[in-house]
Amino acid sequence: MVERTPILNFFTHLILFVGFVFCVAPFVIVAIAASHNLKDVNDVPMSLLPGSDFWVNIKTAWTTADLGPKLLNSFIMAFGVAAGKVIISALTAFSIVYFRYPGRMLMFWLIFITLMLPLEVRIVPTYAVVANVLEPYQAIMDLTGLSWLIERVSGVQVSLSLGLLNSYSGLILPLVATATGTFLYRQFFLTVPDELTEAARMDGAGALRFFVDILLPLSRNNMAALGTIMFLWAWNQYLWPLLITTDQSHAMAVTELKQLIPNVGGAPEWHIAMAGTLIVMLPPLIVVVLMQRWFVRGLIATEK
Amino acid sequence: MASITIRGVKKNYAKTQVVHGVDLDFASGEFVVILGPSGCGKSTLLRMIAGLEEISDGTIAIDGTVVNKLEPRERGCAMVFQNYALYPHMSVAQNIGYSLKVAGVPSAERAQRVQAVARVLELEHLLDRKPMALSGGQRQRVAMGRAMIREPKVFLFDEPLSNLDAKLRVQMRSEIRKLHRRLSATSVFVTHDQVEAMTLADRLVVMNGGRVEQVGTPAEVYSRPASRFVATFVGAPAMNMLEGTVTLDGLSLLGGSRKLNVSRTGLPVGAKVAVGVRPEAVRMVAPGTPGALAATVDLVEELGAGRVVYVDLDGAPFSIVTSETVHPEPGSTVGLQFAEADLHFFSSETGARLDVFKASVPEPVL
Repeated sequence: MVERTPILNFFTHLILFVGFVFCVAPFVIVAIAASHNLKDVNDVPMSLLPGSDFWVNIKTAWTTADLGPKLLNSFIMAFGVAAGKVIISALTAFSIVYFRYPGRMLMFWLIFITLMLPLEVRIVPTYAVVANVLEPYQAIMDLTGLSWLIERVSGVQVSLSLGLLNSYSGLILPLVATATGTFLYRQFFLTVPDELTEAARMDGAGALRFFVDILLPLSRNNMAALGTIMFLWAWNQYLWPLLITTDQSHAMAVTELKQLIPNVGGAPEWHIAMAGTLIVMLPPLIVVVLMQRWFVRGLIATEK
Repeated sequence: MASITIRGVKKNYAKTQVVHGVDLDFASGEFVVILGPSGCGKSTLLRMIAGLEEISDGTIAIDGTVVNKLEPRERGCAMVFQNYALYPHMSVAQNIGYSLKVAGVPSAERAQRVQAVARVLELEHLLDRKPMALSGGQRQRVAMGRAMIREPKVFLFDEPLSNLDAKLRVQMRSEIRKLHRRLSATSVFVTHDQVEAMTLADRLVVMNGGRVEQVGTPAEVYSRPASRFVATFVGAPAMNMLEGTVTLDGLSLLGGSRKLNVSRTGLPVGAKVAVGVRPEAVRMVAPGTPGALAATVDLVEELGAGRVVYVDLDGAPFSIVTSETVHPEPGSTVGLQFAEADLHFFSSETGARLDVFKASVPEPVL
């Protein structure tokens, strides 16, 4: 349909432009602040003309906060979460959509409930479990009297312990185990024609073969969209990494930005802080730009 | 090549029964068409043979082996689906070769066999394309290729031509027929299109309401329909049906308003029957001709080679197919004549065929 409504067009573009300015203005100010020196950045009001110290500030921020290894940590964690989500969600949705087994609906609702309990809500018990993954089993054994029995018989005191604090697994696993992606896949799998499933069965492909050869390639747009969203989400995680990484070697870039924020009594080095922010913002930006084509296709359900 | 034996097969979905005990035997190398209106259970039956639906009761045996509990891949069947069901992300070659890949056939041999199949189906120049870039007829051929490459014992076709346009359908029909002659694998073809059924079948199975109504060659089914349903379902335009009662000297039709003299029906006087006559067997004569039924012309459809005349017989619709170049005006009166041998009698209650002219029915030549 071709619409000829120049006035409406003008207003819609105006609204889009205003929205664009609102979104981009803060970033522009951050970038400008990052280019000033210590004196200019603390001028009130701050000059909106870019200064000349941009690269110097970037370098200072990089070395002060030791961003290299932290960006790597962040990347490992965000990539792990994204990959984990993409795989786990695909598998759970496959199970829910393609198999009939007792308790299927129960499983479905259990997964659904995790949506209502984000990490922030259950952060204390999650911390306890990550501090000692085997603690629930220990509790079960204690309650059932099993550990008492073992101690009596063998004289060995049962004390299970497997801590994941300050480890990549501890950072990644609790963030992977939620349902967000499952539903995206579920909706997509429901649109895959049954005949395709049947054709694969006639061709002799078993369930797993069908999953790997047919379903996964077909859902690559979904995977890209989910992967991108999850990468950004994990990259921007703050509370969880802050809580469980006490060791500098596992610190995340986002949480370490606070190193750059001027302390009370210290020099107000906001230009360095802003430069650091820009550096930390860059990897997610690159991911979005690279994945954009797939990303958009994955979120609009219909292809053809 | 394999024979298929179906014994007492039933299918229930929760509480509704869709197939009510079907017994059929398909000979090795035969091309069988299952014909029926939508919802008659024909596709369900096919899918039970394929192994895509569980069999609620009864047994299906392929080559004497009961396959009820076997997975589709263990039955030696290949299936062509209505919507082709090609894998959209794979090229034509990958689509055709997928079953071999699953079976672990080395890629050199696989490529060779894909080439061979593509040559038969004239798909060689399309092997690198994705299904999206193919026309309907080409997709259909790829779907056939995918079935052929496995060299199956049994070919199953689930209304494979219903998505094609009329011209392509005729073309694919003859291609399927040629292919069958060449491979001579047992084939079961499900359709609701009776022209497709008549032209393709060695043997026709007509189904209705989950039951088999008739099994026979297309000529048999056409000339001696076993029930009122088959009589009206096979043939276009449909067979004319007139309700009547058997009298001493023939039939009283349409509540007594018309009489038809018929010699020795052998049916008890007073029996309620439905009398059928094919539109092709009716001749139009001048009104008032002795023995002819007078009727009013409603509509004439020009078909080029002939025409269909729809007339009104005291409120009952009636059609005539004629190749004569007559053009009766709508509203005019014509006389209808037909031979006794062309009449089909069916019980008004059960719809079953009543045999009255056994000796005198000639085998029509199709």
